[in-house]
Amino acid sequence: MKRKRGLSMIGTIVFTILGLIYISPILIVLMNSFKKKVFINKEPFTFPTEKTWNGIENYVTAIDKYGLLSAVGWTVFITIGSVLVILICTSMCAWYITRVKTRFTKTLYLLCVFSMVVPFQMVMFTLSLVADRTRLNTPWGIIIIYLGFGAGLAVFMFCGFVKSIPLEIEEAALIDGCTPLRTFFTIVLPIMKPTYISVGILETMWIWNDFLLPYLVLDLNKYKTISIAIQYMKGSYGRVDMGAIMAALILAVIPVIIFYLSCQKHIIKGVAAGAVKG
Amino acid sequence: MEKAIRRYMPIFVLPTFFAFILGFIIPFLMGIWLSFCDFTTVTDAKFVGISNYIEAFKDTVFQHSFWYTLLFAVVSLIVINIFAFALALALTQKMRGTNIFRTIFFMPNLIGGIVLGYIWQLIFNGILSHYQTALGLNEWYGFWGMIILVSWQQIGYMMIIYIAGLQSIPEDVMEAAQIDGASGIQRLFRVTIPMMMPSITICMFLSITNGFKLFDQNLSLTAGEPSKMSEMMALNIFNTFYGRTGWEGVGQAKAVIFFVIVVAIGMIQLRATRSREVQQ
Repeated sequence: MKRKRGLSMIGTIVFTILGLIYISPILIVLMNSFKKKVFINKEPFTFPTEKTWNGIENYVTAIDKYGLLSAVGWTVFITIGSVLVILICTSMCAWYITRVKTRFTKTLYLLCVFSMVVPFQMVMFTLSLVADRTRLNTPWGIIIIYLGFGAGLAVFMFCGFVKSIPLEIEEAALIDGCTPLRTFFTIVLPIMKPTYISVGILETMWIWNDFLLPYLVLDLNKYKTISIAIQYMKGSYGRVDMGAIMAALILAVIPVIIFYLSCQKHIIKGVAAGAVKG
Repeated sequence: MEKAIRRYMPIFVLPTFFAFILGFIIPFLMGIWLSFCDFTTVTDAKFVGISNYIEAFKDTVFQHSFWYTLLFAVVSLIVINIFAFALALALTQKMRGTNIFRTIFFMPNLIGGIVLGYIWQLIFNGILSHYQTALGLNEWYGFWGMIILVSWQQIGYMMIIYIAGLQSIPEDVMEAAQIDGASGIQRLFRVTIPMMMPSITICMFLSITNGFKLFDQNLSLTAGEPSKMSEMMALNIFNTFYGRTGWEGVGQAKAVIFFVIVVAIGMIQLRATRSREVQQ
């Protein structure tokens, strides 16, 4: 018994060290975000000293000169808007196509499954053309694009769950004179809550971090997301301001960490559930 | 019941259906059609048969990117799954703090590819500069750099799936093996791994297709340096579209080839591991 407890102590110590190493890349970037830019490439692994300390100057540059706050704002807007629209529209669609069996719904279901395996490069050029023609190149329009391109996975996961709901409850409601719309929102939706959380988390992780789709679809003179703003800082001509990039990376990571720590239980459950069905 | 619901079809299905047509079906069909055309915008598309495909197969940079991507996908599949499985085994033992460790190992997964690329670029170049070299100077630095980056990002994700799999193994099976005198290693290979085959299938499928589709990390970490030698397929297609005018048709043909390869590899992989799954 004693030996076992000792073994578990060693395990805890080993994993504490491993865990520290694992998050060290983020800590290194955090450390460098407070250094003057000329020192970042030269000595990235030393703590800031009096000579290299730059205070919050890098953060000010990133926000003032590169408009990072508005990028964060647009990313939040696009992510929340798209995820809400995806959840509502695809869950309704999934309920309908599982409950009503026609050739149309069966085909739609198969097409959704098929769309999950198609890599984005296959449609990227034509999708950006479609978005341009239909004037969906705004943060409002991109929500429709995300609904279309993200529908596959969401419909698939919701269908999997709807199949497991017993028909009797809904039948009873309909016989009692409930309209299908009311049946859906007062009966089906509450039962599906866990699936809403799983799908919501998977879609949030995807849309928040997505780079290529908004890069090709959005009108970049007016709107940028965080990933696009960072890519622009690095890719623009002239000298690269490493200090501002470090600050931007930290600003990009902070919302993610807050989101993660505040609902990590749901996230981990959602990932496990999503994978089992996928 | 069906009849009552059916009247509400427009409200339930049409929003998703229209978005799906607009965001997927039209671009997909147009993509296939355009791969047989010569064009710069769609209005001047001219049918040219399979010459785009011939052009794509003759492109030596594209060929190089295929082998580079294939090697990358296989190596990352092995590295990610071995480490993720080992971590999952370790973190399901009785030990203090397993929940905190799971939280830490999963965290990098939530960070976007572009951000990850620049975080690691700083670190790799910081190390390499001690040896008077840099990430962009050698395609294999970029290769291993991306392997480390993707492992860092995905090990936690796969670990969560493996943990869910491990927890679903019924305890009596393990106990029975223990009573029959199976050693720890025998239990791992004869009981745990066969029982885990569904999780292994999913993780391998996810990691190999992720490896093939890698784009953001490739763009931000190496951007194809040195001279397109570390360019993977997705980035090569992107550069063909937006880097050279007049090559859009070839780019679209490459995209179709890419699509077929991704689907084929996914299918082969699923078939290979599905056949080893055991009934529980």
